[in-house]
Amino acid sequence: MSNPLVDMEKPDVIFCIGTNMTECHPVAATRLKKAIARGAKLIVADPRRIELADISDLYLPLRVGSDVVLLLAMAHVIAREGLIDREFIEHRTTKGDAFLEHVVEFTPKWAEEITGVPAKDIETAAIWYGMADKAAIYYTLGITEHICGVDNVQSLCNLVLMTGNIGREGTGINPMRGQNNIQGVGDSGALPNSYPGFQAVTDPENQAKFTELYGTEIDLENGITKVTALDFCGDQIRAMLIDGENTLLSDPDRMHCEHALKSLDHLVVIDIFLTDTAQLADVVLPATAFGETDGVCTNTERRVQRVRAAVSPMGEAKPDWWIVCQLAKCLGFQGFDFASPKEVFNELCRVSPIYAGLDWDRIDKSEYQWPVPDKAHAGTPRLHEVEFVNGRGIFSIVRYRDPAETVSEEFPVWLTTGRRLQSYHTRTQTGRAQGIDYLLSEEALEVHPDDVEAWGLSNGEWCQMSSARGSVKIRVKATKRSPRGTVFASFSFSDVPVNILTGSGYDPITQTAELKVCPVRVELA
Amino acid sequence: MNRIQTEKERSTMTLDGKEVTFTKGETIYEVADRHRKNIPSLCYDPRLDPFGGCRLCVVEIDGARNPVASCTTKATPGMVVRTATEKIEKYRKTLLEMVASENRELDVDPLRGYASQELKTLVGRYGAGTGRFMGAQSGTSNMDDTNPFILRDYDLCISCYRCVRVCAEQEGDYAISIMNRGFETQITTEFNGTLKDSACTFCGQCVQTCPTGALADKKAMRAIDLPGEIEKTRSICPYCGVGCSVDILTKGDKLVGIHPAMDGPANEGALCIKGQFAFDFVQHPDRLTTPLVRGDAGELHEASWDEALDRAAEGFRKAAEKHGRHSIYGVASGRAPSEAAYLMQKFIRAGFGTNYIDNCSRA
Repeated sequence: MSNPLVDMEKPDVIFCIGTNMTECHPVAATRLKKAIARGAKLIVADPRRIELADISDLYLPLRVGSDVVLLLAMAHVIAREGLIDREFIEHRTTKGDAFLEHVVEFTPKWAEEITGVPAKDIETAAIWYGMADKAAIYYTLGITEHICGVDNVQSLCNLVLMTGNIGREGTGINPMRGQNNIQGVGDSGALPNSYPGFQAVTDPENQAKFTELYGTEIDLENGITKVTALDFCGDQIRAMLIDGENTLLSDPDRMHCEHALKSLDHLVVIDIFLTDTAQLADVVLPATAFGETDGVCTNTERRVQRVRAAVSPMGEAKPDWWIVCQLAKCLGFQGFDFASPKEVFNELCRVSPIYAGLDWDRIDKSEYQWPVPDKAHAGTPRLHEVEFVNGRGIFSIVRYRDPAETVSEEFPVWLTTGRRLQSYHTRTQTGRAQGIDYLLSEEALEVHPDDVEAWGLSNGEWCQMSSARGSVKIRVKATKRSPRGTVFASFSFSDVPVNILTGSGYDPITQTAELKVCPVRVELA
Repeated sequence: MNRIQTEKERSTMTLDGKEVTFTKGETIYEVADRHRKNIPSLCYDPRLDPFGGCRLCVVEIDGARNPVASCTTKATPGMVVRTATEKIEKYRKTLLEMVASENRELDVDPLRGYASQELKTLVGRYGAGTGRFMGAQSGTSNMDDTNPFILRDYDLCISCYRCVRVCAEQEGDYAISIMNRGFETQITTEFNGTLKDSACTFCGQCVQTCPTGALADKKAMRAIDLPGEIEKTRSICPYCGVGCSVDILTKGDKLVGIHPAMDGPANEGALCIKGQFAFDFVQHPDRLTTPLVRGDAGELHEASWDEALDRAAEGFRKAAEKHGRHSIYGVASGRAPSEAAYLMQKFIRAGFGTNYIDNCSRA
């Protein structure tokens, strides 16, 4: 997030797109509700009539995968109405002129055709966002899990840049991260293209630095993403180490994923449960869980926080860091003589510019948000206040592309996938918590009541849902949360593996899967 | 666009004979709280709008005929306030005796909730448990609501409305409300049903702000009979990326419950159903407790750490030797702490000399 969580109570206009925040980040959503109670306007763009839509001032029910169209048209209106921040564009950005010229052709009328959102509502949304003194954007995977995920994010950046809604309280562009340490894992350098602190692996200066730090020859080329690695399993990729991810259930295209993992010569999984993925491993190593581990996690607002052990590990479970150290030592690797997580974290701080001002003791009270470039620095709750990291914000010329697969005679229905309040990811944790079943005991496909009737289904009964990749049996739930022609399911339940269906395409840059769009056929089971 | 820096208006008042400063907008209660006056209250929660319902926080003000509620009265320049005169303290004791008389029990287990000891503590402080007002009770427990999370033991309700207010003001859910008046007052849901049939999301905020244990954490209460003191360990919730601060409650080596951390920077006392109630996985019998190694027959069997690590390392060594450094791939976890991720990338980069490392953020 560009802005801290406390800023969520400050905007005049809130624009939520592709974020089901009341279910996926409920505590953050309470801050938005406070802003609304204070008088802030809420605009919600989402194909489903989610709870946020119920409390919004303006709801834009766009067709799945058409975000770029909506955002281009909003930019068009903002430019046409003269709501741009000329001073900001001039002093803080580049390529503004080209962008303003680019959006001239994308009228709300054009956008209505593709998105299904009435042109007048697009006008209103743009005017509200453009006129606000403080407007903030919040998004989640509904923006990124598309073949055009990068285009979607850039389209949002364009809105921010043209209106100067960044670097101030109650503004910004704010992705809500989905896992407790998904920010920290990237910060720590577990990425194919960057060392800790997002230092590019292809930069000769960084290469020299890490060659010296690690005392070994290092790879000079970018690595490949996990998505590509799965494509190469059994061929180029022969051995894989997976820590704490139930890949088989959370990744798209389960059949492909299962085949890939099975083709490996060697698979080692570190986890707290014998997950579907761990069951395919040659060696499974038991890790400590929440409450058993001392360490550091970084949250969605870049706040670096301590987690602490309160109970002994179950059985012989060991901390993940310890397990990796032992593996490294077995292989004779140098530089893995750590006696505590404190020593590991302090080394991370030494090699990462964004953590340079931190160490284990300094983060004891959760006070710092990175970047913290030196010990005298108080941290950075709000990014881009004076200038952008790379100097100027760059407008992107973005055009709409269809999803990887579009509805057809064979697969006439849009499936979009996501999460539910009471379950977390693949339910390895929430599924084992007493009481959760009382509220959510099984997966169900959310279908508009009129579609239930039109397709010959019945509420509460089973249906068969098929895509180009496979088929699952799932119970039908009639609800007006789904628009006509679009259905929704989560991927949380292993007995309804919705990820058999998904996986039609990937963003060419991030290789994030298009989990939000998958044409399907729904029939009586 | 530029924020105007306004000098905060500071004034002075007299608090228990001492001149103190305050900022415009502060209540007497807030000023007194800063000066550690420890004014008693039951309906006060610093996160909520002042309510002035319990009347325990009354103070004497020069020029005012009657004592006033300090939580709802703003400090004004020159105001002379006395927070604990004999008269006020006696008044508070009587009020507490009346409140206490309505409840089935005062001595509730602290596992019921974060604030559950407030009434008990105040009654102890004022020696107010004499029972001279015993008789009528208000609130009737709703034991028909069999939800597994929240006990609705309204026999212990004192109508402070903190639950109703936290649900509305903090959560924005408006799931519970007040029915009837006086001794008939009852906290309930729309249509007087179960929480499951209401707008309740089971975030547990009402439980944690209840000062009497009338609303209680059923999951934590499973451990009431476990021996040992309750200990708290500050950590971060293991679910989404918001990073809510929690206190893990333990008895001995058993994880028995979760409290939201009121001073947590991300959540300021809030949690959701997952963070509040979905912790059983930690000490679940399904947990992996030993390393497993695949045997010749194709089955995973238990192994020692030495055997498992050797086997794990051997597979990587063979692959690297035979197929080169780019035959190895590492996937770090977004669930484990950063030390694991840092060492994973070091293991792959420094150990094998490849950038074939990623994490689970693309799906």
